[in-house]
Amino acid sequence: MKITCKDVENVALLSRLEFSASELETFTGQMDAVLQYAEVLNKVNVDGVEPMAHVLPLKNVMRVDEAKPSLARELALANAPEQEDGYFKVPQVMEGE
Amino acid sequence: MDYEIVIGLEIHTELKTKSKIFCGCSTKFGSPQNTNVCPVCLGLPGVLPVLNEKVVEYAVRVGLALNCEILPFSKFDRKNYYYPDLPKNFQTTQYDLPICVNGHLDIEVDGKTKRIGITRIHMEEDAGKLVHSGATITSSDSALVDYNRTGVPLLEIVSEPDMSSAEEARAYLEKIKAILEYLDVSDCKMEEGSLRCDANISLRPQGTTKLGTKAEMKNLNSFRSVQRGIEYETARQEEVLEDGGKVVQETRTWDEGKGISLSMRTKEQANDYRYLPEPDLVPVIVDPEKVAEIRANLPELPEARKQRLMADYGLSTYDAAVITVSKAMADYLDESVACQADAKLVANWLMGEVSKHLNNDSITIGQCPVAPKQLAELIALIDKGTISNKIAKTVFEEMWTSRKDAEVIVKEKGLVQISDSSEIIAIVDGVIAANPQSVADFKAGKEKAIGFLVGQTMKQSKGKANPDMVNSLLRERLQGN
Amino acid sequence: MELFKYTAGQLHEKLVNKEVSAVELTNAVLGRIDAVEKDVQAYITQTKEHALEQAKSVDAKIGQGQSIGMLAGIPGALKDNICTKGTTTTCASQILANFVPPYDATVVEKLMAEDTIVVGKANMDEFAMGGSTENSGFFTTHNPWNLETVPGGSSGGSAAAVAAGEAIWSLGSDTGGSIRQPAAYCGLVGMKPTYGRVSRYGLVAYASSLDQIGPITRDVTDCAHIMNIICGHDAKDSTSSNSIVPDYTKSLINNIKGLKIGLPKEYFVAGMDPAVEKAINKAIEQLVGLGAEYTEISMPHTEYALSAYYMIAPAEASSNLSRYDGVSFGKRVEGTDIIDMYKKTRSEFLGSEVKRRIMLGTYALSAGYHDEYYMKALKVRTLVKQDFDKAFANVDVIITPTAPTTAFKIGEKANDPLAMYLQDVCTIPVNLAGVPAVSIPCGFAGGMPIGLQIIAKPLAEETLIRTAYTFEQNNDYHKGFATMGGK
Repeated sequence: MKITCKDVENVALLSRLEFSASELETFTGQMDAVLQYAEVLNKVNVDGVEPMAHVLPLKNVMRVDEAKPSLARELALANAPEQEDGYFKVPQVMEGE
Repeated sequence: MDYEIVIGLEIHTELKTKSKIFCGCSTKFGSPQNTNVCPVCLGLPGVLPVLNEKVVEYAVRVGLALNCEILPFSKFDRKNYYYPDLPKNFQTTQYDLPICVNGHLDIEVDGKTKRIGITRIHMEEDAGKLVHSGATITSSDSALVDYNRTGVPLLEIVSEPDMSSAEEARAYLEKIKAILEYLDVSDCKMEEGSLRCDANISLRPQGTTKLGTKAEMKNLNSFRSVQRGIEYETARQEEVLEDGGKVVQETRTWDEGKGISLSMRTKEQANDYRYLPEPDLVPVIVDPEKVAEIRANLPELPEARKQRLMADYGLSTYDAAVITVSKAMADYLDESVACQADAKLVANWLMGEVSKHLNNDSITIGQCPVAPKQLAELIALIDKGTISNKIAKTVFEEMWTSRKDAEVIVKEKGLVQISDSSEIIAIVDGVIAANPQSVADFKAGKEKAIGFLVGQTMKQSKGKANPDMVNSLLRERLQGN
Repeated sequence: MELFKYTAGQLHEKLVNKEVSAVELTNAVLGRIDAVEKDVQAYITQTKEHALEQAKSVDAKIGQGQSIGMLAGIPGALKDNICTKGTTTTCASQILANFVPPYDATVVEKLMAEDTIVVGKANMDEFAMGGSTENSGFFTTHNPWNLETVPGGSSGGSAAAVAAGEAIWSLGSDTGGSIRQPAAYCGLVGMKPTYGRVSRYGLVAYASSLDQIGPITRDVTDCAHIMNIICGHDAKDSTSSNSIVPDYTKSLINNIKGLKIGLPKEYFVAGMDPAVEKAINKAIEQLVGLGAEYTEISMPHTEYALSAYYMIAPAEASSNLSRYDGVSFGKRVEGTDIIDMYKKTRSEFLGSEVKRRIMLGTYALSAGYHDEYYMKALKVRTLVKQDFDKAFANVDVIITPTAPTTAFKIGEKANDPLAMYLQDVCTIPVNLAGVPAVSIPCGFAGGMPIGLQIIAKPLAEETLIRTAYTFEQNNDYHKGFATMGGK
């Protein structure tokens, strides 16, 4: 096994997902299969190879500093599940003890 | 056991660009909630960031002013964590290749110079604002989010853990603030959040080199908080260690009202930020020519300004240092001097009466109700002998509240100094006649008695008599009799 | 012949010659949708009224004697991960079931400027994750060639709509084969442009360094017309190429004399359908007969590409999909506090495959595994790109099958994610390297279309179009129309 249920639980927490016990088991099995398959990456010699995050050799793509009109507030809030007084509203945010 | 304190500061400053770092929304402070937003800074599905060139320019400016190496190749990364003020639940920042590294800043504390290392400076985006958040606010079981601030460009300046006292931390912060103001990259208003400071504090036994466990302190919203917060945390950690305990590596928040720090440890595990290179932005390559161009166009820094004030105006090191802490104050001095006032006198007034009134009213020199020209005129009146220094202070008070010019006030209140000898002699003679005991005391050798007589003369003249002339004419008349 | 069976090129002629009006044409397509949509299920949202309004204004222009663009007045479909202002854009996910973008994707703006007509938003695998459209959060689309089979994915709805006559053209998106494979399964032309050739602004991101939008059409000519419209630099997309866009229709030449073709042995995998292999070999023989020169080449890192992809794409996706949290848009499940709300919202409204990839990606990026999985995959990516660079030093195009099999039955691979992933083995390396590729029909097996993939070096879409056009013009595969059980 490359990955345990506990590992998957931790990853679920980081991803803000929750699973039932049986879902967790199924997921663990499926993820394990993919990670086992990914073992093939260890057969490659990558010494001296640079990682490639971008395929195009672009650099310094920037824009001039000028203010442009913003979105009208009604449009910005149009998709909000809950709003109040022009704010987006969310459940309480716990912070510390 | 004696401990030494090890402090590192992380300073975030909002850059005063016209638009946000990755979109064209305005960065203007204080707009109604959610009116400076667009699909990009809202993190809507499908949007992409485009870097604001001014942010790179300002980052290089700051890097050069802080003696950093400008990395020729730097890139952006995503820092992943969930929080409602972060629309995409990741922050676009710079992780392993920040734009500036290996700088330093020299500070002065108690007459001694100390070099504080600067590890790195990087560009990143600010998050939004939460209103009514926190479990401690019992009335609300919800929070309101304003995304105006998301995407405002930030520079994060990270120091080496080179500071050993709250005073040093404060001096460092003050100097950084001054430099940022002089570079004109930020308005550095801690009260508006455009300058923020987090402190990493740890203790180690005196004389050792191994770093102790550090605690990170947040919510240090003013210079005072920084100093008090560090002092409190130092004492707290010392107590923990003295009791045989271990300092926990955690984030703590400073409560200025109560004067204590509280742990922000959440029940969830520590964040794993899972950094990855930002695929939607391409690398930033600052070539040597560009760096040279920015260096050549750097605005005058506080140290250079201080030297210039000493050379041009003959100000003392101390005075020049105090005046140049704030660019706005140094500018005020220059403007006042341009109106023909003597620089040293202006400096004295700025460090004295002006600062006193600014502090009393909790405002900055930018909001001073007395303009540089007006101060120059007041000083001119003293210089000409129209009013005495003492009367000038009264006039200044009036200028502060009424915003009227000095001359107008002097006329309205009839405060012109009496410098006519015959007028003063008349009053002096009257005082001598009315106070024979004091006269006798003086003649008997009690020098102090003359103070009383001078006081009486000033009183008779309603403070308007020229004090020097009163002194000399009084002695003359006393001699005469 | 019914109007919806013509290509866009042919219909443009009819419009210009006033043989047919845009409204008539649009009604023909809408009528076709009414007739077959219950069997095909290609569309998540239909925009009938808006389409007819657009058609009317095109007719007005024609009536006034104004000249119109090649795609004006011709109804098509957009994959539902392309943002359309004022029209729901769901990415086939429950979590975005009610999301109405306040802006148009750049490609949509470009199409609108050309007076094209959009009749609806096409079904797809949820957030473009999948190879069969069975991962849609709403319903599965059926392949018009055999309704019991999948149309491919993730742009299954886009391909099925065009194959069924429910759209004359469509746009899909391709991250690991999601335009090319459905085009192959549905007997159509599907092109994935060079990375950066088409703006991604407004394309809901799955894997940012791999995603590209591209056309799915009945023939190569229509493909060239659409490429002319959608390609080009976009100031809103920092990763878009500055390269000038040529007139791709100038490459519609029936001539490949001297064209050097490379055949990588590594793409002919075990588990490939023998009928597919046969068709590909026959196609290559034909190309050689038409004047091309063929070389067997080796791309030694091909076997690692799939694993690298399934580390990189989920890693980027796990970050790109963090924003689906119920806070400022999309659906929400209320919670006792914000973290509870996040968990409940995401768990209820995101599908299994999406969750699987988010979890894989999060794992690959997490502390302790970051270098082992993610960084290593990025290095393997460099090696895969180098394979292509080396190959293109000696050949002009690389030819491979698009997929190892024809369309499989709905439900056949649903319970085996790994088996599903293995379908992408021919298309994935192309995305990793960022090179352009096109899939064109090259035969049938058991009545189901087979796709031939042609790959070129970066920004060489002209070569792709010329090669594809030549093959097409010497065959009849593009003239067929999906049988749909006799409709």
